[in-house]
Amino acid sequence: MDNAKAAKTREPLFHIVKRTDIPFWKGWLIRIAAVLAALVVCGIIIVALTGKNPFEMYQYMFEGSFKTERKFWKMLQDLAMLLCVALAVTPAFKMRFWNIGAEGQVLIGGLGAAICMKLLGDDGAQLSNELLLPITILTAVVFGAIWGVIPAIFKANWNTNETLFTLMMNYIATFLVAYFLVIWVPSGSSSLGKQKYGKLPVIGNDYLLIILIVLALTIGLYIYLNYTKHGYEISVVGESVRTARYIGINEGKVIIRTMILSGALCGLAGYLIAAGLDQTVTTESAGGQGFTGIMVAWLGKFNPLAMMLTAGLIQVLNQGAGQISQDFDVSGALPSVITGIILFFIIGSEFFINYEVHFRGHGGKRGKEGVK
Amino acid sequence: MEKIPAIRFENITKAFGTKVVANKNVTMDIEKGEIMALLGENGSGKTTLMNMLSGIYRQDEGQIYIDGKEVQITSPKDAYELGIGMIHQHFKLVDVFTAIENIAMGMDKKETGSNKEIAEKVREICDKYGFDVDPKKKVYNMTVSEKQTLEIVKTLYRGANILILDEPTAVLTPQETEKLFSVIRNMKADGKSIIIITHKLHEVLAISDRVAILRKGEYIGTVLTPEASVQSLTDMMVGEKVELDIERPDIEYKEKRISVSHLTCLDKYGVKALDDVTFDAYGGEILGIAGISGSGQKQLLEAIAGLQRCEKGSSIVYYDTSNNIESELVGLTVSEIKKLGVSLAFVPEDRLGMGLVGSMGMSDNMMLRSYKKGHSIFTDRKTPRDLAIKVRDELEVKTPGVTTPVRKLSGGNVQKVLVGREIATEPTVMMAAYAVRGLDINTSYTIYRLLNEQKKKGVAVIYVGEDLDVLLALCDRIAVLCGGKLNGIVDGRTATKEEVGLMMTHLQDAAVNNEQEEQANG
Repeated sequence: MDNAKAAKTREPLFHIVKRTDIPFWKGWLIRIAAVLAALVVCGIIIVALTGKNPFEMYQYMFEGSFKTERKFWKMLQDLAMLLCVALAVTPAFKMRFWNIGAEGQVLIGGLGAAICMKLLGDDGAQLSNELLLPITILTAVVFGAIWGVIPAIFKANWNTNETLFTLMMNYIATFLVAYFLVIWVPSGSSSLGKQKYGKLPVIGNDYLLIILIVLALTIGLYIYLNYTKHGYEISVVGESVRTARYIGINEGKVIIRTMILSGALCGLAGYLIAAGLDQTVTTESAGGQGFTGIMVAWLGKFNPLAMMLTAGLIQVLNQGAGQISQDFDVSGALPSVITGIILFFIIGSEFFINYEVHFRGHGGKRGKEGVK
Repeated sequence: MEKIPAIRFENITKAFGTKVVANKNVTMDIEKGEIMALLGENGSGKTTLMNMLSGIYRQDEGQIYIDGKEVQITSPKDAYELGIGMIHQHFKLVDVFTAIENIAMGMDKKETGSNKEIAEKVREICDKYGFDVDPKKKVYNMTVSEKQTLEIVKTLYRGANILILDEPTAVLTPQETEKLFSVIRNMKADGKSIIIITHKLHEVLAISDRVAILRKGEYIGTVLTPEASVQSLTDMMVGEKVELDIERPDIEYKEKRISVSHLTCLDKYGVKALDDVTFDAYGGEILGIAGISGSGQKQLLEAIAGLQRCEKGSSIVYYDTSNNIESELVGLTVSEIKKLGVSLAFVPEDRLGMGLVGSMGMSDNMMLRSYKKGHSIFTDRKTPRDLAIKVRDELEVKTPGVTTPVRKLSGGNVQKVLVGREIATEPTVMMAAYAVRGLDINTSYTIYRLLNEQKKKGVAVIYVGEDLDVLLALCDRIAVLCGGKLNGIVDGRTATKEEVGLMMTHLQDAAVNNEQEEQANG
């Protein structure tokens, strides 16, 4: 107690001040410093736990995405898929509509695509490919949109909680897929098998089309959010519902319209997975991307262009982690630990971008970014 | 021997970022047993200085002495331990807790003892200073004044010797203000030091012993209250001579613009907030709305704006005199009213929560009124940007740039952005609620001037106010609301403050009511 009182008469060692502005380069310097600091900490942990050379491990991690051309393309494609889901949730999140049902919306879109591929292809109604392709896409998009708009209608009319609602819709989607699988595959196997008809066409190589589609979506969504009247309404409703009403925006209409878009984009992602990557559907088709996509969107501050970077970061980390567990004799959990530490430091660095630390005796001089 | 001041600021400097210096080399004393008023325009650094004293901010340079000893205040807890308590404009109470629970919140049970012991001590404090607190009452059942009393009692319970009150009277009726002042005087007699931040100069003159003045973050000086006047304080605050007369131009030709009849609205609990209100508003006049806060002012303006549901039998007719069209506004939405060609400007009470989007810049906020124009799916960004620059230059809005979030601007500048945007819509009816609340005197006069300009243009101005002196100086007619009923309309040129004050609190006979209205109209 006495010590505490005595300490109070000295100026504290440091105090924290909110920054009003920060130069662009300095923000990035802090982020890079954070990554370097994370690598140092991971290195210490790797040596302490496994005794292996951390640099070698980092090299393998890097090679996981960049060693061969195939690995690189695969990384880009997975990045594109993750980004696609992240883009899909962005309009909703920007409107402060916490759509954590992307997982279900993607899955239901995938189910829609699979239904078309199975029932309308050569095994079923025998539609021509020119007809089957657009119908499949449209079905997936509409399925996703319906899954997205249901919670929105309830929110707009009865102010229900969208977080719980969208979360519950995920389970319904999962069990709907399980139900169809039981019907289609009476043997009890959980796999539908690869569908031959109505799959996504290939241009260039196996990966290119998905990447191009998502790139176009990214630019389109950026323009939509920042330069159109709809995008402006989304921002106003997200920031203040009362201001939106005051200005004559029908917020229920905006919520429903935006969730149709969000759900439709999820449905499209579901199509790309079911008709492009997997050519089938399982209850695991969405693979957690509906949640990882939310993280990508938050980290990118709902700016589609910045989200390309955050999706890339997470994808490279994931792929690198996979590579390590393949090539090293280490516990499968270690790569996840490394990924976690790196993400923690990057997210933590935002603190040093928003605040600065003043140390005693330096008369207001900036504290350097020592992340921890 | 020299007296040791209760608080001494020495060369306090605080900057936000590289651009904004909120306090610069402030050196001043506050004595024991003194009521010190802290005066300054919006953005002059009053609140920043007090936040450093209460541990919310930390100064960049300089020292603070309490009772002659240098102290380091790094958190609100440190401030409490030093006997410093701050009553903020927005109360920090938990709604679902009782008075007692709020008082003891966060304190150790060993320290406070049982609820009974707390209640006992609270009663002692109340008796000593003349407070009135019901220890078992939940905060959500309390009026604004009761909440404020609770905040002060809470601070005293925790042993505060220095009390900082930030704009304590902004939300109080004249009677409640008088009550507050009497307890402040009792606390002073008990040797406590009180710092009061307020923009209401007649209150400064009524309550304080000395007045300290800040301007643009710098300490200008301290004057003894008996030697000060409204004029002298204003001049010191602004740094130049200020004309303190509110204009009231006479407009010969007035035409009926809006006719409200039998307007009845319910509040969110289903209780009548407005009860059978009937009046007309004319172009070329300022119609004041007086009343204790919560007498239906909000519902009245929002009903006209299309934001409030009206009960059966209500009618609001808008007269478009240039085209000879009469339109009924009840039942229409905001956008439907707009489509009729009715140009309504509305400056709501909650500026950042309703009138503007805090996180957007001036430019995007200007867009709120104009973004729907045209058939393109894209927004026109250039026009709002030009308007933002025009408003900034004409109304002297202090902002780093038109894209800086308006939330970061000071209260007066926020209001200029809002009023500037609303005037730019070239309205035929302009409604403003508490348009000068929290604004310094210079900005307030700018707002009065802008309202008068609208009046001269033939706009029907409806001004909801709380300061009767201002209402009586500015308005042509004043409609007085009392508990949701219209208690009569008086002529602003002949009515007295006492008359209006009485009408705010005592409902008159209906017959008298109508008679008065006719007189005022005729």
